[in-house]
Amino acid sequence: MCRTGQQPDPQGTGDEETAHAAFAALLEDSVEELYENAPCGYLSTLMDGTIAKINATLLGWLGLEREAAVGRMRFTDLLTVGGKLYHETHFAPLLRMQGEIGGIALEIKQADGGRMPVLVSSAVKQGGSGEPLLIRTTVFDARDRRAYEEELLRGRKAAEEARRRAEADRARLQDALAVLQQSLLPATLPPLPGMETAAHYHTASPDRLGGDFYDVFPVDGKRFAFFLGDVCGKGPQAAAVTSLIRYTLRAAALHDPDPVSALSTLNKVLHERYSDNGDPRYCTAVFGTLEPDPVTGEVAVRLASGGHPPALVLRADGTAGFLPTPGGLLVGVLPSARFVGATTVLAPGDTLLLYTDGITEARTGKDRTALFGDEALLAFAAGRAGVSPRAVIEALTGLLHSFGDGLDDDTALLALGVPAPDPQTKNPR
Amino acid sequence: MDIGRRNNVNVIGNPRGRAVVLAHGFGCDQNMWRLTVPALVEEYKVVLFDYVGSGRADPSAFSEDRYASLDGYARDVVEVCEAFDLRDAVFVGHSVSAMTGVLAAGTAAERIGALVMVAPSPRYIDDDGYRGGFSAEDIDELLASLESNYLGWSAAMAPVIMGNAERPELGEELTNSFCATDPDMARVFARTTFLSDSRDDLKTVRVPTLVLECTQDVIAPREVGAFVHQAIPGSALVTLDATGHCPHLSAPEATNQAITAFLAGLR
Repeated sequence: MCRTGQQPDPQGTGDEETAHAAFAALLEDSVEELYENAPCGYLSTLMDGTIAKINATLLGWLGLEREAAVGRMRFTDLLTVGGKLYHETHFAPLLRMQGEIGGIALEIKQADGGRMPVLVSSAVKQGGSGEPLLIRTTVFDARDRRAYEEELLRGRKAAEEARRRAEADRARLQDALAVLQQSLLPATLPPLPGMETAAHYHTASPDRLGGDFYDVFPVDGKRFAFFLGDVCGKGPQAAAVTSLIRYTLRAAALHDPDPVSALSTLNKVLHERYSDNGDPRYCTAVFGTLEPDPVTGEVAVRLASGGHPPALVLRADGTAGFLPTPGGLLVGVLPSARFVGATTVLAPGDTLLLYTDGITEARTGKDRTALFGDEALLAFAAGRAGVSPRAVIEALTGLLHSFGDGLDDDTALLALGVPAPDPQTKNPR
Repeated sequence: MDIGRRNNVNVIGNPRGRAVVLAHGFGCDQNMWRLTVPALVEEYKVVLFDYVGSGRADPSAFSEDRYASLDGYARDVVEVCEAFDLRDAVFVGHSVSAMTGVLAAGTAAERIGALVMVAPSPRYIDDDGYRGGFSAEDIDELLASLESNYLGWSAAMAPVIMGNAERPELGEELTNSFCATDPDMARVFARTTFLSDSRDDLKTVRVPTLVLECTQDVIAPREVGAFVHQAIPGSALVTLDATGHCPHLSAPEATNQAITAFLAGLR
């Protein structure tokens, strides 16, 4: 309750005369006066919405005379048509189900044709046995608040629109990048007489062009060439280098299919093109030729490596081993570079597997700190020795999937094999 | 697809009784029938559901294309009837749902054997020689009202409102949750509802039909009730002494009485 003049001032130091005057003014504030001129609108209606009581503040906002409203209008008559619809579909059912509802944004119609945004709260007053008697409603002036909320809504819509546009742009960019990426890889591998081929390219990120590449193509009547490699870096610049490498190796192979010679030509081209502009570009690559012997069914393989992980040979007898090419330099770093050659013969049931380091450098283990590594790849390959190149690539693709987010680099796989003459002879040991 | 989960279907009452499907209109959800259900459960098998985009239906099943016409909502009804193998059911539809029932009965005659239309309107916008009560601008105003009232909706609350299998008690406590809807989905339902014109479909009704109207209904005025009654051959019209658009909430006794009397008179 209000303090009376008899009580001491809490601080004990104030001017008692002033305090008396202030409290006297408060006491003059009658409940009736407070109801009529409260800083919000008050409204009581029957359960069917008929206005039973309304305060002066709300009448003032509406521009209505009391006689015109009480007993003659319903609450919904005060609302705009859209507000009426909202009232009937949301407000009224919720009020019935919950007994109260708060903070609903509506607009009231003013006598001069204007509209005033308000926030409305209602509660049902119940009789002694719980039956609904009437609805009490308070109406707050929400003009400033609504303007602010509209700003927020506009901002939200603009942000959503910007996000939609950005997503569409990103999707378009990814489509374009995918097309470009595909253009750097052969659409299909050419058929090789007496051989089977299979390849797989894993794209680590749809947003970035990868720098891995491979190809297989005929050189002359009896020989075919193949290559697989990895450009340093990613993105459009790496893609441009990849494109240059592909066409250089193809042209070089037609001129001289000797593997060391083809890589040397590529080295010169890359070094000449990129070394003096302050943005050196280089790659690792394996280049080789295949020469099938139609009589024996065997294929002579000659290859050379420039700094690339060694090829794997999977034998029909279930063994597997690396084909070492130690000491080969990165292609494009030095004006002239030494490349290391190696040869092998693929007999029926044998497969030559080329890969990029995405697979060996995939992070494994619970905390993704261990690398898959060469030995694990060798063991995995040995487990698939003797099966067809397609089956080898399928198994490796499954392995790549199993790495999940541990595989964060692009990976190219190329398997070149001589089919076993008969399935029964596989793994004869 | 699990239709029961998609449409939050609840089957209660007498399992051997005739099926009565209670379909909510635009605005809230199946909770709107809470005062109707007790009058039916003893004798009838009562089927409650939420349309996709309302209540606790699965929001991931929402498609703007499908629900841009009442046919999409009618397909919800037919699929619920099929999933729960309802035959010769009585379809009780409130507001726009009354028209959804007409469309569903047209495509799945063996499923729906009678209609109760609570405060129906086949067209809300005035047309030549027809008074629906609203203009196109009024509907825009409603859309604006929807926009400024998220009714407890926010991205953070959405999973709770939409039904959380692990913690269902969370949803029960939410104020206004019966009417809480993703604003984008609510906008689609509002447009579909208030821009629909199903007047021609009324003539196709071939099943016993009860039309319930209120004496004072801003959304479906009495002349619209009369229009629906006249357009459906052999329909019965009952005018409830009720104000507002939801007689099943504001005058539940009278509404229940009208519905149960109609049900008792079927066959």
